Amino acid sequence: MNIESQDLYTQAILSMSALVGLTSFLMLGQGRLLRLIFVFAVQGLLLTLTTSMAAFSLDNPHLYISAVLTFALKVVFIPWMLRKEVLTMNMQRDVEALKNNTALMLGGASLMVFSYYVLQPIIHTSSMIMLNAIAVSLSVVLLGLLLMISHRQAVAHVVGFMSIENGLFFAAIVATNGMPMVVELGVAFDVLVAAVLFGIFFLHIRTSIDSLDVDMMNKLHEVDSR
Amino acid sequence: MSWLIAILQTALFVALAPLLAGFMKFCKCRLQNRRAPSLLQPYRDLLKLTRKQPVISEDASWLFCATPYIVFTAMILAASVVPFIAVDLPTSAEADVIVLVGFFAFARFFLALAGLDIGTAFGGMGSSREMTISSLAEPAMLMAVFTITMTASTTNLSGAIEHVLNEGVVLRPSFVFALFALLLVAVAETGRIPVDNPTTHLELTMIHEAMILEYSGRHLALIEWASQLKFMLYGVLISNIFFPWGIAENFGLSALSYGLLVISGKLILLCVFLGIAETAVAKMRLFRVQEYLGFAYLLGLLGMLSHIILESTR
Repeated sequence: MNIESQDLYTQAILSMSALVGLTSFLMLGQGRLLRLIFVFAVQGLLLTLTTSMAAFSLDNPHLYISAVLTFALKVVFIPWMLRKEVLTMNMQRDVEALKNNTALMLGGASLMVFSYYVLQPIIHTSSMIMLNAIAVSLSVVLLGLLLMISHRQAVAHVVGFMSIENGLFFAAIVATNGMPMVVELGVAFDVLVAAVLFGIFFLHIRTSIDSLDVDMMNKLHEVDSR
Repeated sequence: MSWLIAILQTALFVALAPLLAGFMKFCKCRLQNRRAPSLLQPYRDLLKLTRKQPVISEDASWLFCATPYIVFTAMILAASVVPFIAVDLPTSAEADVIVLVGFFAFARFFLALAGLDIGTAFGGMGSSREMTISSLAEPAMLMAVFTITMTASTTNLSGAIEHVLNEGVVLRPSFVFALFALLLVAVAETGRIPVDNPTTHLELTMIHEAMILEYSGRHLALIEWASQLKFMLYGVLISNIFFPWGIAENFGLSALSYGLLVISGKLILLCVFLGIAETAVAKMRLFRVQEYLGFAYLLGLLGMLSHIILESTR
C-alpha cells in the first residue's frame, strides 16, 4: 500500500497526523509556558481541521458540531484560561530549565517507534490509515505523559494531560469515522469540567505553597521557611 | 549539446549568485525600514576587492593562499551538480547528493585549516565554532536528504526531482518534515541570522567572519563569492527538490527560459520568507545552537520515520 495510490483524503489525514505528532514534540521541548500553551492551541487547531476534513469527506454532518466544540474548547477556552493563569502568576518570563533536552527529544522519538512496534500486530486486520492514525495518537498520548514527567510547572502538567486527551480524540475521529454524538458531547464536557477543576487546583496549590512548581511540594513547610 | 547546456547553466549559476545575495540584502533592508543598496552592489564589492592587493601575513603558509581557490572551485563543482533550470543534465548524472554534501565538507575543511594556519586567536576560534556547528548540521542535512532519496529510491538529484515531478501532487508527511529540517540546516550552514550574523565583526558572535578575517583583496573576493554561491546552492536545492514544478525537462529554448523564470520566482519567494524570518528572530547564543540543530536533526529523523512508517510499501 503506497501513499501514491491512496486518495487525497487519506494523504491529507496522514499529513495531519504527522503534524499532530510534530506539535507534541514541540511541546515536549518547550521551556516557556506561554509558548507551550500556544503550541497546544495549534494542536487543537489541527484537530479541528482534521475533524472538519473527516466531516466533509465522509459526509457526516454531526462531526461539524464536534469540530466546533473542539475549536471552542481546545483552541480558545482552555488556552485562554491557562494563559490568564500564567499571566496572573507572573510566570511568563520564567524559562524552565529542562534537564537534558536532547535526551528528552530522543526519548520521545523512541516512544514513537515503540508505539508503532506495539501496534504492528493489528496491521493485518485493519487499513493502513487506521494503523497510522492509531500509532500516531498512541505516541501523542505517550509524549503527553513524558511531558508531564519532565516538566515541573503545574500548568505544563495540565497541558500534557490535555494533549493526552487530544491524542485519544484524534484516534477516535480518524479510526472510527466519528463516535456517536452522545459520546463526543460527554467527552467535551468532561474536558471542560477537568479544565475548571484544574483551575481550582491551581488556586489551592498557589495558596498553600505560593508557587505552581510541583517540586516545591516535596519540601516541608516549617523546615524550609526558616 | 547537453554538455554545453550544463556548462552554460553552471556559468549562469555562478554569475547570478551575487545578485541573489544583493536581493536578500534588499529584502532585509526594506523590512527594517532602511534604504537598500543597489542590487548590483555585491558585484561592485567583488570588483573592488579583486582590484586591491591582497595582504598576506608573513606567517601564512601556502595553504592560506590556496584555500580561496580550493573553496571557490568546490562551490563551482557543487553548483554544476545541482539541477538549476534544467533537469537530467550530464553533470548531475555524474555526481549524486552525497557528493554534494562532500563538496560542502571539503570546502569547509580547507576554510577551517586556513583559519588555523595564520595563528591568530580569531581564526582559531572561528574554525572551532564552524566545525562544532557543521558536525551537528551535517547529520541533520543527511537525514533530510535521505528521506527524499529513499522516496525516490535514488541518490541522484535529477532522478529524485524527476520522481517528484512524475508523481504529481502527493501530500507526503515526510516531505514536510524534511523541508523544515533542510531549511533549519540551510540557515545554520550559510551563516544566517539565528546562528551567525554575516554582517557583524563583533568578536563574541562571529563564526564565519572570524575564520576569514585575515583575508583581503582577491582572496577575500573569492571567499565572499563562494559563500554567496553556497547560499544560492541551498536555495536552489530546497526550491527544486520540494517544489520542482516548472523546471525544464527538455533543452528547448522556451522550456529553458520558462525554467529560469520559474526558479527566479521561487528564489525570490524564498528570500522574502527568509528575510521576514531573519527580521523577526533574534540571534541565538552560541550555546543554544546545539539545541537548534538538535531540533533540525529530530525533524529529519521524524521525516525518515514517517517515510518508513506512514508511506512505504508493506
